[in-house]
Amino acid sequence: MPGLLLDVQKLETTFKTPEGVVHAVNGVSFDLKEGETLGVVGESGCGKSVTMLSVLRLIPSPPGKIVAGEASFLGKDLLKMSSEDIRHVRGAQISMVFQDPMTSLNPVLTIGRQLTEPLMLHVGMNQKQADARAAELLSMVGIPNSKERLKDYPHQYSGGMRQRVMIAMALSCNPQILIADEPTTALDVTIQAQIIELVKRLRDELGMAVIWITHDLGVVAGLAERVIVMYGGYIIEEAPVKELYANPQHPYTLGLLGSLPRVDEDEGARLFSIEGAPPVLYEKPAACPFAPRCKWAAEKCWKENPVLMNVGPEHKAACFVDTKTGRYRS
Amino acid sequence: MADSALPTGDNTLLRETTPLRDISGLERFLGPENYRILRGLLKTPASILGFILIALFIFIALAAPLIAPPLTPDDPYKIPRDGFTSEPRPMMSDWTRNAPPLPFWWKPIMKTDHWVHILGTSQGQYDVFYGIVWGTRTAFRTGFIVVIATFLIGIIVGSVSAYYGGAVDNIIMRVVDVFLTLPFILAALILAAVLTPKIGRSLIPSIIALITFGWMGYARVIRSDILSVKERDFIMAARVIGVKDSQILFRHIIPNAIFPTLVLASLGIGDVVLTFAALSFLGIGVNVGYADWGQVLSFARNWITSLNMYWYIIVWPGLTLTLFVMGWNLVGDALRDVLDPRMRGKT
Repeated sequence: MPGLLLDVQKLETTFKTPEGVVHAVNGVSFDLKEGETLGVVGESGCGKSVTMLSVLRLIPSPPGKIVAGEASFLGKDLLKMSSEDIRHVRGAQISMVFQDPMTSLNPVLTIGRQLTEPLMLHVGMNQKQADARAAELLSMVGIPNSKERLKDYPHQYSGGMRQRVMIAMALSCNPQILIADEPTTALDVTIQAQIIELVKRLRDELGMAVIWITHDLGVVAGLAERVIVMYGGYIIEEAPVKELYANPQHPYTLGLLGSLPRVDEDEGARLFSIEGAPPVLYEKPAACPFAPRCKWAAEKCWKENPVLMNVGPEHKAACFVDTKTGRYRS
Repeated sequence: MADSALPTGDNTLLRETTPLRDISGLERFLGPENYRILRGLLKTPASILGFILIALFIFIALAAPLIAPPLTPDDPYKIPRDGFTSEPRPMMSDWTRNAPPLPFWWKPIMKTDHWVHILGTSQGQYDVFYGIVWGTRTAFRTGFIVVIATFLIGIIVGSVSAYYGGAVDNIIMRVVDVFLTLPFILAALILAAVLTPKIGRSLIPSIIALITFGWMGYARVIRSDILSVKERDFIMAARVIGVKDSQILFRHIIPNAIFPTLVLASLGIGDVVLTFAALSFLGIGVNVGYADWGQVLSFARNWITSLNMYWYIIVWPGLTLTLFVMGWNLVGDALRDVLDPRMRGKT
């Protein structure tokens, strides 16, 4: 049984805005085992990214604030570390790749300067060693002519190549965890497939754990072992990937899966979508945050916010209603 | 794909079919971005004129001892004077007393070996030509010292303010506001006048005064640019890989935010020299007889009513000052056009 790498408990993050305090993450708990790939899905603004940024303490503060919770990484609480210590965790042990590769690289520095930065910072290499390693990394992520291309500037790279560079940078210090925050969203479909293949290959080669944040359930299916579904800052369902697709329990998950366009669908059919928009939580909800959009919503759903409960082996969902029967769970 | 072999980098075929653009050694050395800026700078007639003017002034400043050999080599900034009478003497009039050594270029061109007041003399028989030539050095010195100092102060204050934000930012920016409410020339005049008896008559009181009241613009501009760069994704990306705060500021934020401030600084040189001349004209600063354009202009103060006769004592130094300021403004405009991202592709 692989050891526990990251254990996040009851994480809460809020943002102060002129309209009031937004509760972006509300008591989120999850864990990650060594070498595991965890998918985190949910629509925009559901708190996926903020959760991960909170774990790395990268929430801009103010206005953001981590109110409660702990995130123990190899036994140490990331949320209580000194800022110097967490700096050595970032990039070296936990690294992150962002959504938009077009803006994630510094336009005035060469790719080489940027790739060598973490190496010199965390591994203590000198410029020469770092340059050699950077060239290695570039060819590892499939950029030909790597030595020459280190001298190039970001604008001389295409979007897909820049994302490869970002991945190379994230992996440069052999981290135990790679957090990929929608790394394929800004890329076109063929490049998406390439990037996913690349991450898969590197994950298997380097044996790191991956947290893959996305709103594309198709991507998660091919990549993750376990999936967390988030809504309104809550985890509303958690299951092994096959179980989730075969047997979704929460109405929201059902809706998400139903919204996926299918190849075998009738050509003229309208695509399914969940009615309404996700909530912005100015105060912690007393009811189920999904209730206004839920066709199964029962009386209890408007009075109490359900917590995660076991609904099967390794399968948890936060819903009072059994969507198969339409009755309360026993 | 059965064998997902790594690409080998062998793209000779491709290279043969698509000819690469020739990249000159200069472009390789400067990097594509800097090269683009350089090319943009040399594109419009106005910017070329600006660079020519500045180059000319730099030449005059460097070659001052050759163009106008000083009478007193240990104090070359002292304008040689031909007597003490107050009435200006016309251009090309003979040098009667205290004639400095003849410059090497005079004889071959003019075929005589007697030195004349090329641009005439001003009140007190100060030679206008010497004042202008040696005054160029003074202009560059004051311009550069003041601009570099105000630029650095502005950058430091603006960066600290933007980077720490919150209360620090608020306090610093209010101090900036207070400084900005003071009328610039008046404040500089008063401070320089107060400092002069303490430090003695030299360039320093005016320089200090101009620095004290000149840094706010830079602080404001760099602050707002840092605030916008700070929110860009690559700053977050740098934080994610664990880069130190100081390194983020100096390596990632400032290089991306500094260009508009640099443009402002290049425009500022002309401004500073102009203000400095204004202070000199009003009698603040250097000793009487020190080569300085403002000083040369101030000699004309008593002859304003008869300038139809003595026009040369105001036209030549005035024209020099105008060309100097214009040169820097043209260069600054060109810089702004090239560096302003909204103007990209248009120049």
